[in-house]
Amino acid sequence: MSHRRKDNRGSRDMKRDATSYRLPLRTRLKETFGGILRRLLIHRVATLGAIVALIACLCAIFAPFLSPYNPLEQHLAFRLKPPGWTGSDGRMHLLGTDQFGRDVLSRIIFGSRVSLIVGTASVILGGILGLILGMTSGYFGKWIDDIIMRIVDIQLSFPFIILALCIIAILGPSLLNLIIVLAVTGWVIYARVVRSSVLSVKEMDFVQAAKAIGTSDFKIILKHILPNVVAPFFVIASFQVARIIIIEAGLGFLGLGVPPPVPTWGNMLSDGREYLREAWWIGTFPGLAIVLVVLGINLLGDGLRDALDPKTYLKE
Amino acid sequence: MQAYLIRRAIHSLFAIFGVLLIVFILLRLTPGDPALLLLPDLAPPDAVAELRKELGLDRSIFAQFSIFVQHVFSGNLGESIFYRQDALKLVFRALPTTVILTFGSFLIALCISIPVGVISATKRYSFYDNCTLIGVLLGQSVPTFWLGIMLILFFAVIWHIFPTSGPGGWNHYVLPCLSLSTYMMALITRLTRSGMLEILNEDYVRTARAKGLAERLVISKHALSNTMVQIVTVLGLQVGTLLGGAVITEKVFALPGVGSLIIQAIELRDYPVVQASVLVTAFLFVLINFLVDILYLYIDPRISYVSPEER
Repeated sequence: MSHRRKDNRGSRDMKRDATSYRLPLRTRLKETFGGILRRLLIHRVATLGAIVALIACLCAIFAPFLSPYNPLEQHLAFRLKPPGWTGSDGRMHLLGTDQFGRDVLSRIIFGSRVSLIVGTASVILGGILGLILGMTSGYFGKWIDDIIMRIVDIQLSFPFIILALCIIAILGPSLLNLIIVLAVTGWVIYARVVRSSVLSVKEMDFVQAAKAIGTSDFKIILKHILPNVVAPFFVIASFQVARIIIIEAGLGFLGLGVPPPVPTWGNMLSDGREYLREAWWIGTFPGLAIVLVVLGINLLGDGLRDALDPKTYLKE
Repeated sequence: MQAYLIRRAIHSLFAIFGVLLIVFILLRLTPGDPALLLLPDLAPPDAVAELRKELGLDRSIFAQFSIFVQHVFSGNLGESIFYRQDALKLVFRALPTTVILTFGSFLIALCISIPVGVISATKRYSFYDNCTLIGVLLGQSVPTFWLGIMLILFFAVIWHIFPTSGPGGWNHYVLPCLSLSTYMMALITRLTRSGMLEILNEDYVRTARAKGLAERLVISKHALSNTMVQIVTVLGLQVGTLLGGAVITEKVFALPGVGSLIIQAIELRDYPVVQASVLVTAFLFVLINFLVDILYLYIDPRISYVSPEER
């Protein structure tokens, strides 16, 4: 936003920076990471969120061992069976079966793989892109800033999901394409946040001092700017993982996610919508899985924000 | 002030142009020839070539784009390859559905979340406040389309209160708007609450209380009107999310809006329709953000768009 506002944000940041930058970098990092971890653990809700996220990750990694049946195995005789139904072969389907007689629980467990891979990979990819471009834009300013910010404006002037949708439709849906598209459409968010924190850090005395003694730009960015922009970056990134998981499921729902037969939560929801009248469980349970995982990650993000926010920890 | 608005308008046009360029190039690079899709299988090659020429597909990408831009400025966005109708007309026919959906959910979110947020902030840490916080967390974590499916399941399939899906009277829009509004509702509630909490600690609020102003006035005049600035910023940006979310919601409820049109057009490789709908959506979004910027002037007297030299 290009409007001007009178606020006293700057002075507060200045106060925090003035105290913490007297310490050498390594001590500072150690203190910060230790402090962050401690504050995160005190934050009970965040710990709960972390546990949920961890369980989801474990499910994704150990899916073949955890899922009761093969998620792709079809039994047309046992199609659309309700939760808890036991077949004549003695196999119990805890969450029922879908329109091809596949076990819903197994599909949900395997579906977590796509969601988490797409969520984390595209956030890492888009995050690195946004971090680099945001720091370049904020640190060097001038025409580089102009160009990058214009691109950001263009991307932000358009509903994110429609952009992703158009590109996916053109590239063709696949896991890799999905990751690339969500990374390419998502970097702007990090770039903006990183740029604005670089702008405030850039004018600090220690950066000016480093410049005065002739430190190279690359070194200044790496040693002095980067450690000071990672905090807001990680907070945004954690919320983005949750958001991307929802978007991935949305694209899957529209038939633009990882194509079947690979089980994804989005595909399952789409099947669930189709068979809503006959079999409510097909769509209900994958949705619950999404809610749970996204909720967990959001809680973790909340905790991370509190733990990294100087307003919270300066009070201690 | 005027200079600012003009600059802002130019930026907006630039953004729309950029979006168009990106979408145009991407679509042209797509595998899948619309001429082949239109004609029956095993059509003779000269028929294909003729149709390609008729659709302007035989010229270079840049020539196609410059023709396209000229057409845009004359209000001609081409003819739908599939429907053989004016593309813009198709988009405008679908637009009301999307607009009703977007603004309906926008209104629902606004009407519910601002009072809830204000009450929550004034009764911090109460039972009510905790319930609100849990609701906010859930609202931000539930995928709107899944909520839509659940709403259909309960209100249409089980209880038969609302119709399942498809276009129709006002009751066809209740469930879609409700499901689409949840994310926005959670967001605004959260913002209102945190904004109010911050402002209720300000000196001027204490002064207002000290001079004996009724609490109701302190909250509505001093605190809420200042919180509104923050809310309006987010609202402008969130309209884009709503427009995007409308795409999926339309699919869930089988509503013939712009979202459904875009998806269908992409599947059919109906370039003019995709371009027209993308242009209209981008234009709408840019326009809303532009209006939000102007709205600031009226809400927050501290903001001025006059540069220091002009002052």
